[in-house]
Amino acid sequence: MNVILFMISCILTNNFIFNKFLGCCPFLGVSSKVETAASMGIAVTFVMTIASLFAWMVNAWVLVPLQLEYMQTIAFILIIAGLVQFVEMFMKKSMPALYSALGIYLPLITTNCAVLGVATLNVKEGYNLLFSVLNGTFSALGFLLAIVLMAGVRERLESSKIPKCMKGFPISLVIAGLMAMAFMGFNGLVKL
Amino acid sequence: MSDKKPNVGKVFLNGIINENPTFRLVLGTCPTLAVTTSAINGLGMGAAATFVLLGSNVVISALRKVIPDKVRIPAFIVVICMFVTIIQLVMQAFLPSLYEALGIFLPLIVVNCIILGRAEAFASKNPVVASAFDGLGMGVGFTLALTLIGCIRELLGNGSVFGINILGASYQPMLLMILPAGGFLVFGTLLGIINALTNRKKGDAK
Amino acid sequence: MSLILSSAPHVRSKDNTQRLMLNVIIALLPCVAAGIWYFGWQAALVVAVSTASAVAAEFVWQKLARQKVRVYDLSAVVTGLLLGLIVPPSAPWWMMVIGSVFAIVIVKQLFGGIGDNFLNPALAARALLLASWPALMTSGYNLGKFADATSAATPLLSGASCMDLLLGNVTGSIGETCKIAILLGFAYLVLTHTIRWEIPVLALATAALLGWILGTDPLTTVLSGGLLFGAVFMATDYVTSPMNWEARAMYAVGVGVITVLIRKYGSYPEGVTYAILLMNIAGPLFDRIPVHRIYGHTKAKKEGK
Repeated sequence: MNVILFMISCILTNNFIFNKFLGCCPFLGVSSKVETAASMGIAVTFVMTIASLFAWMVNAWVLVPLQLEYMQTIAFILIIAGLVQFVEMFMKKSMPALYSALGIYLPLITTNCAVLGVATLNVKEGYNLLFSVLNGTFSALGFLLAIVLMAGVRERLESSKIPKCMKGFPISLVIAGLMAMAFMGFNGLVKL
Repeated sequence: MSDKKPNVGKVFLNGIINENPTFRLVLGTCPTLAVTTSAINGLGMGAAATFVLLGSNVVISALRKVIPDKVRIPAFIVVICMFVTIIQLVMQAFLPSLYEALGIFLPLIVVNCIILGRAEAFASKNPVVASAFDGLGMGVGFTLALTLIGCIRELLGNGSVFGINILGASYQPMLLMILPAGGFLVFGTLLGIINALTNRKKGDAK
Repeated sequence: MSLILSSAPHVRSKDNTQRLMLNVIIALLPCVAAGIWYFGWQAALVVAVSTASAVAAEFVWQKLARQKVRVYDLSAVVTGLLLGLIVPPSAPWWMMVIGSVFAIVIVKQLFGGIGDNFLNPALAARALLLASWPALMTSGYNLGKFADATSAATPLLSGASCMDLLLGNVTGSIGETCKIAILLGFAYLVLTHTIRWEIPVLALATAALLGWILGTDPLTTVLSGGLLFGAVFMATDYVTSPMNWEARAMYAVGVGVITVLIRKYGSYPEGVTYAILLMNIAGPLFDRIPVHRIYGHTKAKKEGK
């Protein structure tokens, strides 16, 4: 039961975008079309899950025993960069269709702060292996939900008469703010 | 690069005004939104990022002929990471409350697109002095923007600026402003206003 | 997407908008009257301030932006009235001004004005006020007929009988308490073909059913809080509800489900505001689901989620 509540809280109440401001760059940058937004979200989910797993293992089995915790950031970012590279190569070889859909987003993910963020948060919160991976997967699904909803709204607004000075980033930020306000309705939905 | 003096000043101002990373390029939105719940947090984050920007720009510019092109991005990240770790340890030791307030966004400076962006776009192509000023200019621009947003949010959401009460005891703080939604709304509206002002200026010039 | 938008029932001509908005205003009058009857003159003041400031905000914005002033389409009046009816009767005047200006300027005009907003302006403003001044937005019901009430219990926990709920003999936001008045307005709107009955009825039925499964009397679910008011006057907004009927059905069911879930498990006493806002946000995605090809979906698009 705890596990299920934890998953829901990752998606709704502690949404990465609306509560933690992680992954805002792709959220604002890659959200003008629903299809591309969904592809980005799926790619992020993929990487965040694996990154959570590897970061946890490296931290618990290498950094902590060797008392190298201050090397965390550098270790994690190298893991993520390597992982993204590896995933990209692997996908290219064995899943060309998926690669052509997600390919261009993969390199961008290295500098997506959501990935490094989730790895760092897992350590900070002291999650065990299971919860770290769940946190990675379901926070990423929360990101996916947010970016797809955002893209839906932005597509709907394509033909609207938005004032010139608000076009692009400003209006996207305002949309995000209004969405964050609506997501506040989920406050308290999950009591862990 | 024969007349470096005027160039350097231009490079410095460029980061503050024309290419302000926050308001003109809209980079590094995550920390901009996350830590600006108060003016002091905005300033602290800006200062930390400035330090990293300056350091990484200088080192990367100095090493620009040594780093092979193929592995330049990982190399840049390692350099940036080194400076982030330094600022992290320094802050933890001397400014523990700020360190707590910035939370995970301090290590996340590593993936701040401004810093990697400047390394790639400027420091890897320009000499050390110019790169230093570019880093400093960008950092100051970022800091000013963060402090401004922090001031607005703190003023409306708490009635104070830098912890000093301004609006008096009868002011009913607008809590939303220090919540995430308020961050998005303030930043978005501010960007819109700045765009409108720039557009008007351009219109006048014509 | 432009295909869907063009086939939408967006009525943009001024005369039509004006007539529809006038119908909504007439339908809201019983609620206004009931609010004043139960809560006294302060309620009238709240509604007046929010309406006046909404109209003023619209007028000033259109002047500043050098647009054609379209205050006469009455849409700002409707927004102001709606906002005035979904706040507690003791809401301070400055809060109503902020709410109305936010609704008109940020939620509506920044997106291009009437027909282009993706959220219901009045509800978004209520969410803003609730997040900003939670204490002022969830208390202060002890006015008028309730001046002697001992506590300002949240409207959903008062344990009132169904008859009291129906007549509005309970505390709550100004316009949402008297269900008879809301039903009168609903009947008027349906009879004049201003709105269709499907969304409110489906939303209420879903809420009643889910509430019943979770152990609440269906009638109490429907009659308590702001659900009825929201379902009738907010969820039916043309601009912010989906176009296709399948999408509208999903939208209505979503409103019912989220309302009950927030009531039951969330930290806010009433969930209908957030339920409708969240469905406003999801609406465009519902519209993309290609169940119904007649509307001119030329190709079946992959559903993104």
